[in-house]
Amino acid sequence: MAYQDDIALMAHLMRRAGFGAGRDELEARVAKGYEATVEELLHPETQPEVDEYTLMRYQPAALLPGGQPPMGNVNWMYHLVNTKRPLEEKMALFWHHVFATGNSKVDNYDQLLTQIKLFRDKGMGNYRDLLLDVAKNPTMIFWLDNQQNHGNAVNENWGRELLELFSLGAGNYTETDVRECSRAFTGWTFATKIPRAPYGRFPWQFEYRPEDHDDGEKVFLGHKGRFNGEDIIDIVVQQPACGRFICRHLYNFFVADEPQVPAWPIESPRDQKAIDTLVGAFRDSKFDMRSILRVLFNSDFFKNARFQHMKSPAEVVVSTLRMVGGHELPAPGIGDLSMQPTYMGQDMLNPPSVEGWHTGKEWINSGSLMARVNFVAEKVGDTSLPGVRAIIDRLKAHGTLAPDQLVDGCLDLIGPVEVGADTKQELVAQAKEWGQVAWDNEAHAEIADQRAAEMLQLIVATREYQFG
Amino acid sequence: MPATQEAKKDPVIVVLQLTGGNDYVNTVIPYNNPLYRDNRKAVGIPDNQIMHLDGQYGIPQYMAPLKQFWDDNKLAILHGVGWKESPRSHFRAMDIWHTCEPVKVGTEGWLGRVAREFDPKKENVVTTVSFGPSLPRSLAVAGVPVACVGGPLENYGFLPTIQGNQRKQILERFAAMYKPAVGTGAVMDYMADTGIDSLKGEDILKVAPQKYSSTVQYPNTPIARKLKGIAQVHFADLGSRIFYCDHSTFDTHAGQNAAGSPGSHPVLWKAVTEGIDAFMQDLREHDHADNVILLMFSEFGRRVRDNGSGTDHGAGGVAFVLGDKVKGGHYGEMPSLEASKLVQGDLDPNMDFRSVYSTILDKWLKLNPAPIVNGTFEQPAFLN
Repeated sequence: MAYQDDIALMAHLMRRAGFGAGRDELEARVAKGYEATVEELLHPETQPEVDEYTLMRYQPAALLPGGQPPMGNVNWMYHLVNTKRPLEEKMALFWHHVFATGNSKVDNYDQLLTQIKLFRDKGMGNYRDLLLDVAKNPTMIFWLDNQQNHGNAVNENWGRELLELFSLGAGNYTETDVRECSRAFTGWTFATKIPRAPYGRFPWQFEYRPEDHDDGEKVFLGHKGRFNGEDIIDIVVQQPACGRFICRHLYNFFVADEPQVPAWPIESPRDQKAIDTLVGAFRDSKFDMRSILRVLFNSDFFKNARFQHMKSPAEVVVSTLRMVGGHELPAPGIGDLSMQPTYMGQDMLNPPSVEGWHTGKEWINSGSLMARVNFVAEKVGDTSLPGVRAIIDRLKAHGTLAPDQLVDGCLDLIGPVEVGADTKQELVAQAKEWGQVAWDNEAHAEIADQRAAEMLQLIVATREYQFG
Repeated sequence: MPATQEAKKDPVIVVLQLTGGNDYVNTVIPYNNPLYRDNRKAVGIPDNQIMHLDGQYGIPQYMAPLKQFWDDNKLAILHGVGWKESPRSHFRAMDIWHTCEPVKVGTEGWLGRVAREFDPKKENVVTTVSFGPSLPRSLAVAGVPVACVGGPLENYGFLPTIQGNQRKQILERFAAMYKPAVGTGAVMDYMADTGIDSLKGEDILKVAPQKYSSTVQYPNTPIARKLKGIAQVHFADLGSRIFYCDHSTFDTHAGQNAAGSPGSHPVLWKAVTEGIDAFMQDLREHDHADNVILLMFSEFGRRVRDNGSGTDHGAGGVAFVLGDKVKGGHYGEMPSLEASKLVQGDLDPNMDFRSVYSTILDKWLKLNPAPIVNGTFEQPAFLN
């Protein structure tokens, strides 16, 4: 059925480009059309911003969380759950994965949230410009010790990670390049920080100190000149390796799971042609993320990659909260909700190192699998939540459902979600034990609601459901 | 699996992680050292609130339950633990304690390696039981199952909100769905193994609270509840060898001694020591204490000079090992508090943390320490 395919495809787009969508939203978007939806996602400015006033009114500590966990997480979780600009927020998450900066060292959620705001505001713009903004970002400078990178005492931390993790990838530059790159960024520091006592934290400010800058000639990736940081970035983005690296990151995040980044020098992409397509867009658009994403979401390789991506803990939690509804207000309990990704292995705003998180299959271990299943099951089992109610009401509209219809209906409305034949068999076997469900009278309806909720819980407990 | 006399005697390690950086100098207090008073004008413990362990060191009154263990020679104090050039970052420092990799980013937890040694064929999925919501990296090694008990032990398992008649049926269905199926791929197989292990774990662990009966009253604190859970599983003789829990947060930058404040050092340690007291009482009452030792550690100690209301991140810290088979006493010595001997204002670690692990691995768990802690380290002799 063509319409059903449209719904399934739209669900796939919304899961990847955002955090999923309920059936009402999917139907509305299908009516608008796939390409039109992609355009809307690519133009977040056409949608209203998140209402921060409500967040601050109920959780004032979320304004400047400083050193207080979980208030930094609360601030971002509120944005993630409420955003009407899903791709904008998803790109902020993407860049947080790439430009991984952690509170363990920064010890300042204000600064980290400012960095996330940078990713939110500029994440779909020009990559070269974003890279320059990141180079000047005082949080990043501190994270990678560039304030200790002096003309007369070079510190290579930022210089190295810029090349290895933020642009070219390992194997595409030499140690000398790292050195020369680092020299070019000497003097890129931040203004002396105002001490915390007695007024607390003040925002950090980028500062360029020319007297600390090594102005000498550098030889970098075969180019010669008295390079400063901007020049390095301009050379770097022109390298074919840069396009390949960033586009492989985009593929891994939005299309299908690749091996971990350290393996990229040795293991080829699973779909070289897809990467080449994206790299073409990267080059032709002169590093315009919006253009590359347009190509990505409209491509066949994307449309055909359903359920090839292990959901990150952030995606598990945020997509669940958006689906079940009822969590829009920053009510008491938002602290614990905001820590759920941490329990599943992803402490937002605090990746374990500048390498970010290991994704794909590595999200799963005996602790995280149970945490994921139990969290989602608890939410979808709560028939008082509006999103769960909406699913059940759609099932109810059929009046009576035979066992296989209950299973199909739930798989459809919670996603649509695909499961393997063996899994489907078990779900149907369970529904058969219950017999048909009917909403024809009050007593039956109560049982039917219950059965529907239990079927949803079983579905979210499947292995297949861990993929998005 | 019924417990044999031999299985009952397998050595067990319980780790109680003090998360946040516990203040060494206010925990084991060099009360006769004038530099203590000089540096602790705000948070120094008054003399009349220090219980003397001997002529040199004391513990604060709020850690009173530990005194009996000290007097009975069952409490080993490991002084100045840490490592050279330790970071003052919570997560990085804790990661290093967990993975024994001070330079690179380690990926295997030391206790995960221990579990792999104990049970290479994964015959017992509850070899390691952790009480807390997330999987600590110290326990994490690919393929090694860990039972992570996030809430009460009675509720451990998948889909805890489904109870009653439905539960058995739903869990059977869950198990059926998680059977590895040919052709679904490596990731699905991996998830099948992980899910089935956790299900097995639930079946095994649920007998523990059911079988438990005791006269001991544990305090009503989160740490005591975790220790009680550990006791319950231990008494059920399920073959669990590694138990893990934590209490937090010891990150006392401000209000370190604020009376009654839930985050204060006194309140934190009162909860921990009372919990340990009940726990050891319980173990002894059930004749299950002989094969258990308890390790307490924190990711770093705190700065020697207080900041006016609390203390900031430091380096050298203190660890404790407690148990009926432990040779109590001081091991190592407190690094000098003299300004010229400090590193960045902090106590210079003089006992590598991997030394403490090595003694436990070699003398208690009967394993070769070197591959587990990535090196050979001197072993303080707190175990026979």
